[in-house]
Amino acid sequence: MIAKQASRLTLFLLLAPAILWLGLLIVLPHVEILVLSFSERVAPRVYAFGFGNYLEFFTEPLYWRTFARTAFMSILVTALTLVLAFPIALYIARVAQGRLKAMLLLLCLLPFWVSELVRTLGWMILLRETGMISYALRSIGLAGQPVELLYNDGAVILGLIYGGLLFMIVPLANALESLEPAVVEAGYDLGGSRWTVLRRIVIPHAMPGIVAGCIIVFMLTVGNFATPVLLGGKNGLWFTEQIYAQFITRFNWPQGAAFGMLLLLLSSAIVWLGLRLTGQSLGTTLKQA
Amino acid sequence: MNRPSLSWKLYIVAFYLFLFTPLLVVAIFAFNASPFPSPPWRGFTLEWFTGSGAVVGKPGVLVDPIWLESIGNSFKVAIPVALLAVLLGTVNAWVLERAEFRGKTFVVMMMLWPLVIPGVVLGISILAFFSRVTNGLEDWLQTDLDSLRPGLPLVVLGQLSFILTIATLIIAARLRKFDRSLEEAAFDLGATRARVLRTVTLPFLKPALIGAGLVALLMSFENFNTTLMLVGSEAPLPIAMYGQMREGASPAINAVSLLLMLGVGGIASVFALNSKAER
Repeated sequence: MIAKQASRLTLFLLLAPAILWLGLLIVLPHVEILVLSFSERVAPRVYAFGFGNYLEFFTEPLYWRTFARTAFMSILVTALTLVLAFPIALYIARVAQGRLKAMLLLLCLLPFWVSELVRTLGWMILLRETGMISYALRSIGLAGQPVELLYNDGAVILGLIYGGLLFMIVPLANALESLEPAVVEAGYDLGGSRWTVLRRIVIPHAMPGIVAGCIIVFMLTVGNFATPVLLGGKNGLWFTEQIYAQFITRFNWPQGAAFGMLLLLLSSAIVWLGLRLTGQSLGTTLKQA
Repeated sequence: MNRPSLSWKLYIVAFYLFLFTPLLVVAIFAFNASPFPSPPWRGFTLEWFTGSGAVVGKPGVLVDPIWLESIGNSFKVAIPVALLAVLLGTVNAWVLERAEFRGKTFVVMMMLWPLVIPGVVLGISILAFFSRVTNGLEDWLQTDLDSLRPGLPLVVLGQLSFILTIATLIIAARLRKFDRSLEEAAFDLGATRARVLRTVTLPFLKPALIGAGLVALLMSFENFNTTLMLVGSEAPLPIAMYGQMREGASPAINAVSLLLMLGVGGIASVFALNSKAER
């Protein structure tokens, strides 16, 4: 009996940090913004329950357009990242051996240990009107005057893809690693072309990695703040920027909380949809990453 | 598939060039003797690091109090975050690997949850919740509680909310590999629980503890999204850099970035050596 009580006490002590952490830093704060998002200001310093903040989102075109744009561009960035990363992951997992393999993977990791802001600064120096690319184009005579490559959607997409690549390559390479070479050989022996083998054998085998990579890249992209703001300038129009504006600049917390809930809903919905469409579960997906 | 085509090889080379060009450009222009980080090249200088400001108009980052202060602020956040992440992460790892109780699957799911919440949302939710708590406490105690208002302590809590998940996973992965018969042998030889922990289990976990600490340190140092929402008047490095980048370009930002790259490179190589020792 005493032993049982003692082990109960041990369990409680072990669980205490987790409960404090998840309770005070995750669950209660989310309850708070959920409640906040449903409160409307009816008079100065007086708030009442209502759907006004969500109605405001649907009636003000700037808000829902920015939201739709963020969702659409994030999906586009995720798809492009997958296409660009696949040959690299395939090379690292299937072709490169020993030292070269470790080197290639390490070289992929390095830029991502550096702050997102440093990477964005690099792109700004390359792309802006007085930047490297503009300068190079002028000095070889391809452009008569400075070319502004910054502050457009292309620059935002480029920066976001750059930021997502690693998180796509690692799960892809992990998934491709376990593919039996004999299976690929058999595909060729049975008369499959390169393309058929890729489509019928390699890609289905890599599916858990593809799903994991896409989910991570999508979440990072949709929640990104610095890249769209710095590379897109006024044309960046990212939903996280709206949340920031409501919370910090305009001090309209209920509106910002509603936006936050919508962003959370968007990222959860896409993750859920991605898992459903490909028949994967969150547990195996996280393991893959 | 084992004989890569030429175009595939060229693509690999182009990809790695693409990966490193931005970083290289940042590093190179930290040494350009021009008030703007853009071509043409006007000669090599160290003014942006150590200059007094007489030549390029602004003091170098190693003597500029603004930059030094923000680097200091980053450490004031990163060190508590790393220590707390390792300490609490170890306890959490025990819950994941050793404890058996009803509702464990739920607790495990909850621990993973912070990874799928956008950083900005984590930031605003913690900001709103702690503001309510502080207002309540201040009314009740009739005192000012500034430490829970936006500022470095709140940044520590905000970053901890998701870095703790990562630290927990790293330590739990190591604990899973532990051969429990070693502990039993120590118990049989008459060691107390505390002594077994100190002489058998913790030494085995050490590489993971160091690894988790370093990862937490790096993630804290470069976190931007959550920090942005919780920061007060004292800006950590990424926030200060963001502010400067919005105002306009100056090679001082390149110099800070280069220092950051060197620091991160240093920590990453310690990490690589450490994980080699783990194997």
